[in-house]
Amino acid sequence: MFVLLALHLLIGVGIVASGDRLGRRAFAVAALAPLATVVWAITQADAVLDGRPVVVEVTWVEQLGLGLDLRLDAFGLAMVALVSGIGFLVCVYAVGYFSHPKQGTARLAGLMTLFAGAMLGVVMADHLLALFVAWELTSVTSYLLIGNDDRSPRARAAALQAILITGTGGLVMLVGIIAVGHTAGTYRISELLADPPSGGVISGGLVCILIGAFTKSAQAPFGSWLPGAMVAPTPISAYLHSATMVKAGVYLVARLSPIFATTGNWRLLVLVVGATTMIIGGLRALRQYDLKLLLAYGTVSQLGFLMLLFGTGQYQIAQAGVALLLAHGAFKAALFMVVGMVDHEVGTRDIRELHGFGSAWSPTLVVGVLGAASMAGLPPLFGFIAKEKALDGYVEHGDFIGSGAIVIVIVIGSILTFAYSARFVLGLFGVFGTDDADPRSRAAHAPSVLFLAPAAVLTVSTVAAGLAPVLVDRLVRASTLALQPGVTPSPVELWAGFNTALVLSLIVISTGLVLTAYRVPLGRLQRRASDAISWIPSAEQGFLACLRGMTDGSKRVTALVQNGSLPIYLAVIVTVAAVAPLIPAVSVFPSLPKLIDAPIQIPLGILVVVAALGAAVVRRRIAAALMLGAVGYGMAGLFIVQGAPDLALTQLVIETLATVLFVLVLRFLPTKWADRSPAIARPIRIGVSTLAGVSVFVMALVSSAARDDVAAPNISEEMIARSAPDAKGNNVVNVILVDFRGLDTLGEITVLLVAAVGAVALARTGRRRLIPGRREQGHARPDQGAGS
Amino acid sequence: MSLLIAFVASMLVGCGTWLLLQRRLSRIIIGVGLLGHGANLLLLVSGGRRGTAPLIGVGDAADFADPLPQALALTAIVITFGVTTFLLALGFRAWQISNDDVVEDDVEDRYIARRAQIDREVADEIEAERAQAAEEDRR
Repeated sequence: MFVLLALHLLIGVGIVASGDRLGRRAFAVAALAPLATVVWAITQADAVLDGRPVVVEVTWVEQLGLGLDLRLDAFGLAMVALVSGIGFLVCVYAVGYFSHPKQGTARLAGLMTLFAGAMLGVVMADHLLALFVAWELTSVTSYLLIGNDDRSPRARAAALQAILITGTGGLVMLVGIIAVGHTAGTYRISELLADPPSGGVISGGLVCILIGAFTKSAQAPFGSWLPGAMVAPTPISAYLHSATMVKAGVYLVARLSPIFATTGNWRLLVLVVGATTMIIGGLRALRQYDLKLLLAYGTVSQLGFLMLLFGTGQYQIAQAGVALLLAHGAFKAALFMVVGMVDHEVGTRDIRELHGFGSAWSPTLVVGVLGAASMAGLPPLFGFIAKEKALDGYVEHGDFIGSGAIVIVIVIGSILTFAYSARFVLGLFGVFGTDDADPRSRAAHAPSVLFLAPAAVLTVSTVAAGLAPVLVDRLVRASTLALQPGVTPSPVELWAGFNTALVLSLIVISTGLVLTAYRVPLGRLQRRASDAISWIPSAEQGFLACLRGMTDGSKRVTALVQNGSLPIYLAVIVTVAAVAPLIPAVSVFPSLPKLIDAPIQIPLGILVVVAALGAAVVRRRIAAALMLGAVGYGMAGLFIVQGAPDLALTQLVIETLATVLFVLVLRFLPTKWADRSPAIARPIRIGVSTLAGVSVFVMALVSSAARDDVAAPNISEEMIARSAPDAKGNNVVNVILVDFRGLDTLGEITVLLVAAVGAVALARTGRRRLIPGRREQGHARPDQGAGS
Repeated sequence: MSLLIAFVASMLVGCGTWLLLQRRLSRIIIGVGLLGHGANLLLLVSGGRRGTAPLIGVGDAADFADPLPQALALTAIVITFGVTTFLLALGFRAWQISNDDVVEDDVEDRYIARRAQIDREVADEIEAERAQAAEEDRR
């Protein structure tokens, strides 16, 4: 299996790297990868369908339980049939479609191969995280494919919208996967199936996973990206946006429903969203004039239908889901191909500009009609069988709350499906053609055999599976078993007897015919209804509003937070630094220590505090600098009292030097200044300063009390004990500086050196403007580094 | 450790912060100096009780003040001096350029904050596209 994935990667990258040299032949090369996959799958099919999945396990990070575990079971095989089978046909089709390759056409082939590989990864991955990676790769390749025509703003916008929605959903899904996998203790789907976990975290995680699945499968209200994605060339739309990628969400729901359908709100969510999507998609499809958009909204509707079938967790209904998955892949891809052919030969796909075709088009039209008939659910086609199975499953086995309502939704949705299928066919035959449009379609050149062949193959399979369901019976049943082991799926039949489902099908068909017959007044009615509810924001508008809100919000935050004012930045930093340690400190606040240690502290303390206050308030720079010097000398005194003569000495030396430097620099500056700050600044500054002071006061008390509690011999005692014997020094502080923590001191000297170099450079930069001999302050420093 | 020392440290930090929040670089530098003093004092009193100087052979080792915070504070004093020096050089340069030492608002930041509305955003692009598509549909 890894060889197949590597083959996709190799061919894909190779084509992309070769640029436009291959032209449309690139698609012939690209077809090799899905062809190889199909051949391989056929060789494995027998064992897989007998319930012996192909498993490849590669351990990656064993400690984290991370592995690239691939597992191909029967359901995976059904998906591979879609991904690689249709992938191969689409590649062949694309050779005809891109008869006049433009710049970047070959790149499409490469990206499509890469996408096919990623999609194979999704359906083969057994590990949820591996699945996620492949899932995101399909989003990325889809983005590149939609936006391949990078000079078209419309393509760029559509690609961006698609990746924003599916990418966000994917990230939410990752949260859900981690929540589920972490709580359950395993990320492997097969193990989750064997031992289903439950609980609050699981329920929450499942909602996240569902959001990912809904965005990917264009469910309401996240479906706005899929119609936009139709700007991509038709082969891409046929492949990614109807047959494969958009099925990824459905696939995941199908995999997880047997495990989680009854956990939390899974079933409720899936059914409500699926039902809404099915109806809205159908209604929208009915209003389209663009054949491709009609199919796109039809796909949205069918994806909702698939959600309804897979989301229940009931194998009888899921079985219908498997059948519909295959049927939909076959007929929808064929229909897209027909639209592509019309677009390619006529130059339009607007049904108002089509006026029927010449007789050479008959095979193409047959393909289109059969595909639409299968979509509408007419016997004896595959689509009919799937729809019958779905209705039968819900009527006979839907024993959960709301299943009756879902049956009605499916019937209504199917009627709409019938109606838009009929619209497609009528449009193809030119019924909607307006008189003022050029009737060029009648003279259009018919598609070549090679161009038509892939769609014909799909149509043949649709008819064959309808007439002889035994062809797909084994695959559908084995897939159902793979989803939910130990059940007994019923056979897939064309004629299942005269039952409720058949009656419902007849209702669907007859009502659909009526709707088609009265399509003109109906269209008017629908337009009036949609005008009446136009005040409700659509999903599209919601998406744009979210996007706008996000950018506006970030602009506001940036303007507020990054406003360019240094005092505001510093105030924020100081406030956070002051408040953060206060919160834990309050809970361990100790009893107050004694007021003073020694009487001499009182005058020293007063000196320091008064000088500090003075430095803060005086309006002369030199005076403030001298006050700072006074603080320093007071500090030296306090150090001596505290028992730190080395500190005191250093402080005295440094303070003297610093004062000299201050005076040297400050004499250039004006002696006084005017305060131009707004009135509000003063109380804020006082507040922040007070906060910082209080915080330090509390920290001093708490930290020194915490120090007294230390019971075990602390590191300093060890240092005192080893100072003389090990380092041959009696001054313990000095020994620590130059010996025990010598590297720290080395770092300190480096800092001083850097500061000195910087200061010298700054001072010398503009020296020509100065009187010679006034650049002293750059030179005094290096000596001090050694002094410590 | 005494209440007085804690109070002195808090006053130093408070005054230092007040100066730090000013617009004049010279005041900010003095504020940094005060903050440095406050931090050193905090470091020292966090080391526990006061004692005799930790000189071996002078007095009893049991009465020694903790030497480790002293070593740390000593490093801090020197580093603060380095920072102060560098800031003073900056102030000197500021005076050379503007004859003053006011820290003005960052022009670029202000510009980013104000210009925000001119940007053409993703949403605009998509909306324009949709509008154009709707226009075509109507025709």
